[in-house]
Amino acid sequence: MIHFDQVYKRYPNGRDALAGVSFKIERGEMVFLTGHSGAGKSSILKLVALIERPTRGHVLVHGQSTGALGARSIPAFRRKLGVVFQDHKLLNDRPVSDNVALPLIITGLPRREVDKRMRAALDQVGLLGKEKLKPLELSTGEQQRVGIARAIVAKPDLLIADEPTGNLDPDLALEIMKLFKRFNEVGVTVVIASHDVHLIEHVGARRIVLADGRVVA
Amino acid sequence: MSLGAYLSRHAQVFVGSLGRIVRQPFATFMTMGVIAVALALPLLLYLLLTNVRAATGSWNEAFDLSVYMAKGAPAGRTASVAKQLELRGDVASVRTVTADQAMAEFRKTSGFGQALDALTDNPLPDTLVVTPALGASTPDGTEALRRAITAIPDVQSVQLDTDWVKRLHALLDLLRRVLLLTAGILGIGVVLIVGNTIRLDILNRRAEIEVMKLVGATDRFARRPFLYSGVWYGLGGGLLALGLVGAAALSLAQPVDALARLYGSPFQLGQLPWSTDGAVLLAAVALAWLGSWLAATRHIRGIEPN
Repeated sequence: MIHFDQVYKRYPNGRDALAGVSFKIERGEMVFLTGHSGAGKSSILKLVALIERPTRGHVLVHGQSTGALGARSIPAFRRKLGVVFQDHKLLNDRPVSDNVALPLIITGLPRREVDKRMRAALDQVGLLGKEKLKPLELSTGEQQRVGIARAIVAKPDLLIADEPTGNLDPDLALEIMKLFKRFNEVGVTVVIASHDVHLIEHVGARRIVLADGRVVA
Repeated sequence: MSLGAYLSRHAQVFVGSLGRIVRQPFATFMTMGVIAVALALPLLLYLLLTNVRAATGSWNEAFDLSVYMAKGAPAGRTASVAKQLELRGDVASVRTVTADQAMAEFRKTSGFGQALDALTDNPLPDTLVVTPALGASTPDGTEALRRAITAIPDVQSVQLDTDWVKRLHALLDLLRRVLLLTAGILGIGVVLIVGNTIRLDILNRRAEIEVMKLVGATDRFARRPFLYSGVWYGLGGGLLALGLVGAAALSLAQPVDALARLYGSPFQLGQLPWSTDGAVLLAAVALAWLGSWLAATRHIRGIEPN
């Protein structure tokens, strides 16, 4: 599903975020990327979501080399994966329903189908009935679950999350992790960047440990 | 994507973009106002031009020829030439002004009464004022008539004073050129105004565009609401411009009417025809759309999530 082959990433400011990272993640796996902040977790996720491109080496997602994809192919590429952000990245002036439905609206799905799937996604994260609220009227945990609903609404087979529990208290964090686990159990490949070692041990899944831009375990 | 879904999505974005600009009434009104002023200026010039053209067109048709008889012509010759001319098919009427009548008229209007008494002879010739028939009231027709009359013996000269009409028309042609240039320049102005408004709009909604792109929106999808905003700006600005020009014409109608009456003319200031109104709205929308297209295409491409 994801294959990193000797990937280097140097940012324009000269910082080397990744220095020769290689790993494979198979279809249906659930994997944690861990390490201290600045170890390269976020860079890996950005390379997977084609927000960044590798300076050197190859990144394959869904068997496609991201280096070979032109700007015009990026939208279609991103539609095949769901992304969850630490800061949710919700549209605060739109109701929850619009936020969750966005990935479907951009594909031009008929309205009725959009509504049905949007409600189904909200149901899966336990927020059914909150469609009409604006994101800022929800708690942080609920906002994160709106972000997750948006990530899964188009039924992607790959879900990536960058510190999805970073701002949550332990109980809420565990709840979110259980949610990801459930998606993984129905066949979705899940990759989560997190530095919360206790939580990761509690969930129990394969770990890729990073330090200074290299895989150390 | 089915056609129905596609159309309903467009309709939704169309109405949605209206809602967005209505929620900022002041900024929206300012933008539409600038567009309206830019459009109203050439429109007023156009209104003026079409009206002057219409007015001079009718004066030109009723243009008379002045026929001056030779001083030494035998008595009664003037009357016979007048009769001869009246029989022509391209002549509507002939009015005779004898040398004595002309002198009396001149004495009355010129104020040279005393000085004229010193003249032993009347230096003025007999004059025939010839009005061409309606069918001959073209530049070519009156010119042919002028040549025919010049050929009649004892006719000294024929004056067809179209020079001022020619000058006026040359001036109108010049004005028309000025109008086209003004319209062109201000049209570019509309494109830039809308482009800049849309650019600011895009910068304000940068975060939203980033999120859209993150979930796989194409540039076209992200651009669409901005194009529709541009269309609304153009439509609003166009309507406002027509309102301005209508109000200006209304406020000018009475003084123009009074002026025309002083000249004994039935001329009235005309409003712009409906077809022109439609063309103005179409042009406004097209220019605004172009402006928003340029800005949106350029700036949305530059926004990438990070």
